[in-house]
Amino acid sequence: MTAPAANGGPLLDVRDLVKHYRSGGLFQRSTPPVRAVDGISLDVAQGETLALVGESGCGKSSAGRSILRLQEPTSGSVMFEGRDVLALGREELRALRRKMQIIFQDPYSSLNPRLTVGDAVAEGIQIHKLADRAGTARRVAALLEEVGLDASYAGRYPHEFSGGQRQRIGIARALAVEPSFIVCDEPVSALDVSVQAQVLNLLRELQQRRGLSYLFIAHDLAVVRQLAHRIAVMYLGRIVETGATEELLANPRHPYTQALLSAVPEPDPTRQRERIVLSGDLPSPSAPPPGCHFHTRCFHQLRDGRCSTETPLLRPVGATRAACHYAEHSSVAQVTAPAIPNQ
Amino acid sequence: MTAPAPSLLRRTMRVANGRAGAVALVVIALFALAAPLALPDPATQFDIVDGALRPPSAIHPFGTDHLSRDVLSRVANGARISLAVAVIAVALSITLGAVVGLVAGFFGGVTDTIVMRVVDGAMAIPRLFLLLLLVAAWDRLPLAALILVIGATGWLGTSRLVRAEVLRLREAEFVRSAQALGAGARRVMFRHLLPNTIGPLAVAAMLGVGDVILLEAGLSFLGLGVRPPTPSWGGMILEGKDVLQAAPWVSLFPGLAIVATVLAINLFGEALHRAAESRSS
Repeated sequence: MTAPAANGGPLLDVRDLVKHYRSGGLFQRSTPPVRAVDGISLDVAQGETLALVGESGCGKSSAGRSILRLQEPTSGSVMFEGRDVLALGREELRALRRKMQIIFQDPYSSLNPRLTVGDAVAEGIQIHKLADRAGTARRVAALLEEVGLDASYAGRYPHEFSGGQRQRIGIARALAVEPSFIVCDEPVSALDVSVQAQVLNLLRELQQRRGLSYLFIAHDLAVVRQLAHRIAVMYLGRIVETGATEELLANPRHPYTQALLSAVPEPDPTRQRERIVLSGDLPSPSAPPPGCHFHTRCFHQLRDGRCSTETPLLRPVGATRAACHYAEHSSVAQVTAPAIPNQ
Repeated sequence: MTAPAPSLLRRTMRVANGRAGAVALVVIALFALAAPLALPDPATQFDIVDGALRPPSAIHPFGTDHLSRDVLSRVANGARISLAVAVIAVALSITLGAVVGLVAGFFGGVTDTIVMRVVDGAMAIPRLFLLLLLVAAWDRLPLAALILVIGATGWLGTSRLVRAEVLRLREAEFVRSAQALGAGARRVMFRHLLPNTIGPLAVAAMLGVGDVILLEAGLSFLGLGVRPPTPSWGGMILEGKDVLQAAPWVSLFPGLAIVATVLAINLFGEALHRAAESRSS
C-alpha cells in the first residue's frame, strides 16, 4: 500500500466535517442541537503537524474525535491514505485504528488504574496481534525506553507515576500499534509548565524519527508555535484562520487570532504589545450568532451589519487564509506579533 | 482514581472495625473448616435417650439436643452449610448482577432501558416472598437448588450498582483510549470496566453474604430451607423451639453463631465500604 502522501496528496483530508450533539430523550422535547463542529475542512501531510487552536468549547476536541470516529460525525468526509474513513465497516475501522491514534489530555484518567504500565502499552499489540508473548514484552520495553522511561516500569501501576511520566506512558501506548497519524488532544494542558516542554520535545523527536503526522489540539498558541508547521484557529465550530505557523503568528488577519495571540506572553520585555481582552463569553454553540460567529465579541473597527448577516468564508488574505469580511483592513488594536524564538 | 486491590484491603485493615471483623471472620471460617473434624459426628451419636437435652458441660460444651446430638458439633457442621450456602449463592448473584449491569451500562440505549425496567419490576417483589413461593412450590428442595434459588433472586441490587459504576466509567478517557486502539466490546467490558467496579462489588458481596446467612436461617427456621438432619443454624433454632424453656442452649448457640457471623461480616463490610469510598482522594 502506498501512502498518497508520496504522490503529493495529504495523508489526512477532512472536508466539511460537522458534528452536532442532539439532546433530549424519547419523552423530552428535543432542543436545538449543539453545533460543536460546524463544517470544518483541514488536511495534514505526512510528517506534518497541524495545530488546531481555540478556546474551551470551540469544538476542537469534538473535531479530533470525529476524525478518528471515536464519535460518529454528523456529516462531512474524512479521507485517510485515500480511504473514506466514514464509510468503513466495523472490522475495517478496527484495522485502521492501527494507523490513527490519539493521545489524551488528562494523563490521570487516560490510563486504566488497574492495568500495569506494561499491560497498558501492550494492549494495542495484543488487539492487533502484532507479536507473540515474548515479542510483546520486548516491544513494550523498547517503547518505554523510546519515550524516555525505564523498561523496568512495565510491572508498575499508573498511580506510581507523575503526570509527565503518565503522559509518556500514554504516548508509548499510542505508538505501540505503529500509527502514522496521531491526534494529540491537548497533551500538555494538564502538565506543569516545566514538564510541558519535555513532552513537546519528545513529540517532536518521535515525529522526526518515525515520520509521524500530528493533529495537535491546543487552546494556547504559545504551546503550538514550537511544534506546528501550520495552525488552524477555531472559533465556535468553525475555522476562522489558517496558515503556516510563522505567517499566522507574525501577521494574524482574523481579529480572533489577534486576540488569542495577544494572550501569549511576550518573551521580549522591550517590546510592547497591547493585550486584547475579549468582552463577553463564548456564545452557546446550540444557538450560534448569525453571520460571522465572532461578531458578538469582535472589536474590528469596520464591523457592521454585514457581519451579523453574511457568513464570511475562509479566503486567502495575505499569507494566510482568514474568514473575516474585513481581514484586509487593520482592526482597532494594533497587535505586535511575538518573535518566534530560535532554538 | 481507584487504587489496585491490595491497597483497598490494606486501607480496610487500617480501621479497627475492619481488623476486628476480619479476625472474627477468619476465626469463624477456621471453626467451620476444622471443628467438625475434631468433634464427634452428630449423625452417629450414642446414648440416644440418656444423653438428650443435657445442659452444657465439659463433654458437651454447648449441651445436647433432643436427639442427644452434641450442639457444638452441630453448630460447627451448620457453619459449613450456612456459610457455603451464603458464599456460593452470593458468588452466583454477584456474577449475574455484574454481567447484567455491565451489559446494560455499556450498551445503553434500548438494551439498557429494557433490562433496567425488568430489574425495577423484579425489585418491586419482596425477595422473601419470592423465595417462599419458589421454595414452597418445590417439595423436598435439594440443597443445590436452594442455593440456586437464593442466588438467582439476589442479583438485582448488584446489577444496578454495577450499571451506575459503568455509566460513570464509560466516558473515562482510558475507555476511549482502548476503543481508539481498536478494543472490542468484550475487551472494554471485562478488562477495563469490570475491574474498576471491584471496590463496590466487594462491598456488595460482603454485605450480601450477611444478608443470605440471615435469609437462609429464616427459611430454615420456617422449615423451608435446609432440611433436617442436615444441620443449619436456622434449622437448629427451629428444632430447639419446642424445648426452649427446658433446654434453651439448643437454640441459643446457633443463634449466637448467626449473630457473631453477621456482625463480623457487617463490621468488615462497612470498613471495606469506607475504604472503597475514600479511594478517590
